[in-house]
Amino acid sequence: MSSTLLILKQEYLKRVKKKSFIILTILMPFLIAGVYGLVIYFSIKDDTEERTIAVYDATNLFLGEFSDAGTTSYHFIPKEEYASLKTNLKGSGYYGLLFIPSDIYSNNQAQLFSEKQLPLELSEQIERKLSRFIENDKRQKVIAESGIPDLEERLSHTQTSVNLSTLKISQSGETKKSSSVVAFIASYAMGLIIYFFVFMYGAMVMRSVMEEKKSRIIEVIISSVKPSQLMAGKIIGTALVGLTQVAIWVILGGIGLVVVQSFFLSPDTAQQMGQSIMESQGQMNPAAMQAAQPNQVTEAMEMIGNLNLPLILFSFVFYFLGGYLLYSALLGAVGAAVDNDEDSQQMVFPVTFPLILSIMLLFPIAKNPEGALAFWCSIIPFTSPVAMMARVPYDLPLWELLLSMGLLVLTTIVCIMAAAKIYRIGLLMYGKKVNIKELIKWLRYKG
Amino acid sequence: MELFEARDVNKVFASTQALTNVSISVKEQSIFGLLGPNGAGKTTLIRIINQITAPDSGEIFLNGKKMNRTDISQIGYLPEERGLYKKMKIGEQAIYLAQLKGMSYRDASNNLKKWFEKFDIMPWWNKKVEELSKGMQQKVQFITTVVHQPKLLIFDEPFSGFDPINANLLKKEILNLKAEGATIIFSTHNMGSVEELCDHIALINKSKKIEDGPTNEIRMKYKTNIFDIKYRGEFRNVDLALGTDYKIISHDESEKGNTLKVQYLNGKSNNELLSAIMPAAEIMSFEELIPSMNDVFIKAVEESNKI
Repeated sequence: MSSTLLILKQEYLKRVKKKSFIILTILMPFLIAGVYGLVIYFSIKDDTEERTIAVYDATNLFLGEFSDAGTTSYHFIPKEEYASLKTNLKGSGYYGLLFIPSDIYSNNQAQLFSEKQLPLELSEQIERKLSRFIENDKRQKVIAESGIPDLEERLSHTQTSVNLSTLKISQSGETKKSSSVVAFIASYAMGLIIYFFVFMYGAMVMRSVMEEKKSRIIEVIISSVKPSQLMAGKIIGTALVGLTQVAIWVILGGIGLVVVQSFFLSPDTAQQMGQSIMESQGQMNPAAMQAAQPNQVTEAMEMIGNLNLPLILFSFVFYFLGGYLLYSALLGAVGAAVDNDEDSQQMVFPVTFPLILSIMLLFPIAKNPEGALAFWCSIIPFTSPVAMMARVPYDLPLWELLLSMGLLVLTTIVCIMAAAKIYRIGLLMYGKKVNIKELIKWLRYKG
Repeated sequence: MELFEARDVNKVFASTQALTNVSISVKEQSIFGLLGPNGAGKTTLIRIINQITAPDSGEIFLNGKKMNRTDISQIGYLPEERGLYKKMKIGEQAIYLAQLKGMSYRDASNNLKKWFEKFDIMPWWNKKVEELSKGMQQKVQFITTVVHQPKLLIFDEPFSGFDPINANLLKKEILNLKAEGATIIFSTHNMGSVEELCDHIALINKSKKIEDGPTNEIRMKYKTNIFDIKYRGEFRNVDLALGTDYKIISHDESEKGNTLKVQYLNGKSNNELLSAIMPAAEIMSFEELIPSMNDVFIKAVEESNKI
């Protein structure tokens, strides 16, 4: 058996046989599903807080119109109480104080006072109630004045709600149903997964190198095999661990999807998921939200199916491997260069900074995949694994994808060569505080 | 027949000269002592032999042929700073290391078991390294160095970390390996073991080889012509007989016999000393004091530092 293969096998088995690997691999999907499940749950679950809103209605028109909704109830109060409450809301037991001025019909203005920051939902609810009532009232008056029979019924027929399906025209002229929300979820998830994998497995390679150096087994090993063989075996072995994990997750995910499809998937789950992800980022994208109204499971499924799955899968494996090779080579070199944990912390940050940057930019990139930010981040090799994965679900020009892939391959090769040099020199270097300047000096060494 | 040869090896690290035109040749089935103070360049030379570092210039040969990467499976190397994978079981680990040296799983496993029995550590086969004492780990490291039956063995401070009993066991094994045909390069600061084990030594100081030759010849070279003489007779007579050509270092008179430590100065010989004394006293024993390896080491290094 060749040395590289032997090392590869050793590295692979060492990790796969670990209990922590098995546990993590099985638990991770549930954990992630759990976290997102919670986010979704909290974002769509009913508010359970009991609130009483005091209402002072100067118009005397709304009494009885404010029916209690959910956990919010309304209590109408006279003018005198309004004046005292306004200065002394705290301790009154009221959650908020609504003032409906007498000129609301002409001004369209009302005021809601409260101690705390009011939930958006509540103020929207009140706004809706007021608007609907006034609108209705005005309309009734118009109808009565016009004297046209059946006007109300005829008007109600004019109410329209348009459902906009977004369709994409491919080069062959075919149109496909696409969903910005589904693509957004896919793109965001892909970027995240790549990020975690590159980081997790790159760090694993680094720790493994550091362990060999620290335990001083390294000199025995490199008197048996070339450092490059050791590094190759280590990096490939660890990559296979990652792919094994992905394979297990794909299988688990497949099973999970079937289960979800047959039991739980409600019509607008996909939309809610999209919404909650956007909300969790503190931003809203109404265009994307309104664009997608997948009413049925089949439609959601169709849209997932209409994503270019083979391309996404291929790109995922490509960018995972590319990004992983790039960063694990660099991190491996860092592991070889330092001989204690503190120094490694200092070195890891500058090396992984582009990766961290790319995850920070993931949201804006996924939101606007055709923008300049998205373009440049997905072309520059150090950020492209994450950034490009966020763009792939949206169908992008082929040349951009090819350019990005080509640059990534080139950079990875150059970095591996540089890393191999640092690796070879660093492995037997002890007791020397290494910084970036020192590493650059090593790169200039010959032999 | 030379098993290993290094010719005019040079190596520079950044601004430090680690080796300057160092040449050594190691006879087959012999023990070659590579000596020198800390930082002299021994480890660099050893790493060059192991193909861990490449020399800037110079060549190395194994069995008369220029060495290349594939030859390292014929070398067993026990580095000075050594360790093992802490979380791995020692049996499994030893097999892995033997496989890296090109052994098949089965051969590795069989040979290792023999060695583990010999060193009395078979019960630890399935233990993790972190559970082992340092001495025990050293044994495992020694075994993994020799298990693939390499032609050339390189031991860098093999005795460090061993108690005297295990150090003896190790010495015996090293001599055994030599008897079985192995050639050994041995680097140490323990001069006692050099005298005991080495057939040939080379002494390196400040990147240059300053001494090279069979151990006994080197010691002879550094002798200072001092003799221990036991005699019967009057010291006064002896003193008179020796005159100014000889320097008496010390003398002692006792009922068992008188002793004398004497050094002859340049131009004289052992026999001349003997014949100078003979008329004055009856010689009971006459022994030339050969300097210990320790003395040779210190003297050689100090002299070369003066230059």
